[in-house]
Amino acid sequence: MSVGIVGYGVYVPWRFIDPARIAPQARRLGLLKKALADWDEDSITMAVEAGRSALLQTNVSVDDVGAVYIGSESPPYAVNPSSTVVADILGMGDAYRAADLQFACKAATAGLQMAAAEVAQQHIPYGLVIGTDTSQARPGDPLELSAGAAAVAVLVGKKNVIAKIEGTLSVSSDTPDFWRREHERYPSHGGRFTGKPAYFQHVITAAKRLMEKLRVKPEDFAYVVFHMPNGVFPVTAAQILGFSEKQYLPGLTVKEVGNPYSASALLGLVAIMERAKPKQRILMVAYGSGAGADAVAFKTTPSISFLKRGSLQKMFLKRKEVDIETYLRNRRIQ
Amino acid sequence: MKVSVTGTGMTPFGELWNESVESLARTAVSEALEEAQCGIGDIELLVVGNMLLQQLEGRAHVGQVVSQAIGYQGPSTHVEAACASGGLAVRQGLFAVRSGLAKRVLVVGVEKMTDAGSGEITRALMAAGSEDEQMAGATFPSLYALMMLEYMETYGVSEQEIAASAVKNHLHGSFNPLAQFQNVISVKNVMRSPLVCDPIRQLMCSPVSDGAAAVVLESGDGNVEIVGSGHGGDTLSLAARKSRVSMRATRDAAAQAFGEAGVSIEDVNLAELHDCFSIAEVVAVEDLGWAKFGKGAALLSKGFGRLLGDGVVINSSGGLKACGHPVGATGVKQLVEVTRQLLQKCGKRQVQHARVGLTHNVGGTGATAVVHILRRTDE
Repeated sequence: MSVGIVGYGVYVPWRFIDPARIAPQARRLGLLKKALADWDEDSITMAVEAGRSALLQTNVSVDDVGAVYIGSESPPYAVNPSSTVVADILGMGDAYRAADLQFACKAATAGLQMAAAEVAQQHIPYGLVIGTDTSQARPGDPLELSAGAAAVAVLVGKKNVIAKIEGTLSVSSDTPDFWRREHERYPSHGGRFTGKPAYFQHVITAAKRLMEKLRVKPEDFAYVVFHMPNGVFPVTAAQILGFSEKQYLPGLTVKEVGNPYSASALLGLVAIMERAKPKQRILMVAYGSGAGADAVAFKTTPSISFLKRGSLQKMFLKRKEVDIETYLRNRRIQ
Repeated sequence: MKVSVTGTGMTPFGELWNESVESLARTAVSEALEEAQCGIGDIELLVVGNMLLQQLEGRAHVGQVVSQAIGYQGPSTHVEAACASGGLAVRQGLFAVRSGLAKRVLVVGVEKMTDAGSGEITRALMAAGSEDEQMAGATFPSLYALMMLEYMETYGVSEQEIAASAVKNHLHGSFNPLAQFQNVISVKNVMRSPLVCDPIRQLMCSPVSDGAAAVVLESGDGNVEIVGSGHGGDTLSLAARKSRVSMRATRDAAAQAFGEAGVSIEDVNLAELHDCFSIAEVVAVEDLGWAKFGKGAALLSKGFGRLLGDGVVINSSGGLKACGHPVGATGVKQLVEVTRQLLQKCGKRQVQHARVGLTHNVGGTGATAVVHILRRTDE
């Protein structure tokens, strides 16, 4: 019995700005565009759009969705579940389990691991996992150049699986690279400390261990996607591990959207699933500050050819660049 | 009283996330004690060079911070003179041995800088500037940028010529396994690196680093002797100086050191100079007497000071630029490098026929300078 991804949905806000307008240094971080959520959007509204899109793509009935896990670091409430708001809007009744998850940028992939285990144990027929964030960053902080917004929903099940989960493994530690205290509007981070001892340490270790466990090598994968805090880190991680441009470029959605925190790695994964052929291996390594990495190895099935694909590209093409004044007003800085 | 360097120890310099002031000191000290073939109980005085522990971590009584870390139970003292803390710590240790107060002194230079963000570090380092410079919002790059601008205008020298210092030091660093940067760079790389404070570019600046170095100083004969020591001072404030393109503190310190050592500049085979910024090495080359005023950059850009060239080798360790600059450790590391060169222990970066070495350590923009001259004694 293969458990895996049955379908997916994405939502990317239709407005974006070029972060080089804030600071030219954005280019040195490999940043070209960042998505901008509108006044009336938040992590819940985006999650609803993505969730709806996933259900439409697969024709899975909401009544069969037994779990809703939402991963975000920008929930509208510190206490009040986004997951039930989203489930309610999607028409889910009351017979489901739900939780809001937080682990910086890897909250949703933790949910993916949980849902997959529950499906495998036959506790639930399908699980809906959504990573969604309107990324916050202090104005003037380099983090502002990459902070984006998006939501990705992934439907996990065992019927008509399009990408089977071959294995998953996590690395976790107490590493203070990036945090936001209660009542603080913006996160703080450890500058260069967010690199080698944080992101790279966890991502590289998780990737290596999973590949070792599954007895595979980088060349066995058609694609690889990492959490993308900027355009440089994931490329460096890929190169350190021995992956080629052909494998990592297609999933580099940071170039289009910036860093949508909990939706980052999943967005890259969707970009890959939109073009993957059957029987291709995909390695995804999500990273969450604080810190931890979730590595998941997928293998696409013949069913992927029959999936309704193309929604991500459509979403990217529908967008419009706005000016810096709109951005400032939207961020309530002016 | 003769003073010899009988033990040297040093950690790698760089972004050492897993190290603390304590762990860095321990590593350097255990290596130095082993080389000196003595135990911590044989040390009669500990002198510690460190600038930022109090500011960054709120911890004072720095001599005892290191004492506890290394399991030392004797007297200790903390020396601070901004970036010259290490060199001045060596001099204090030297005084203790020369005076007969102690037969064996351990000098440790240690700094942990990478736990602070760049803004915090820049502000902390400005504690080494004058109050008026702090209030004007100056940073160290900006003060050295003023020096570099004045130098360029006074002598008609280009940035490219000054960049030669960084290129040479990275070449040397590529042969030093303990160096923070071991990559070779070109003048083009330097000129393409981002501006930090016009005309100073990123690759003209020494980095923020963690690291420790230690030396054991003993009375009596040894293979490497400190034959000269000098200490000069000048105004804290750059604006109050008679000259901003020459450091009187360096000239005074050098005069004292050469006077004691009984050697001349021509006898020096290698020198560790204080290249906190490339312009600082240029000015040092002139102040120490290798080049006439205004000719230092041209000389360096023609290959002066390069390993495998003729003549003195400047910054065989990679200098502050490539080896790294954990502030309090640098002055002591300079002695470690010179000692190891004199003992022919430097492998790929060995200076041939090394017999006399010089160290030059500066505090702030030149308010303090400490020069030591070391000599191989088994002729």
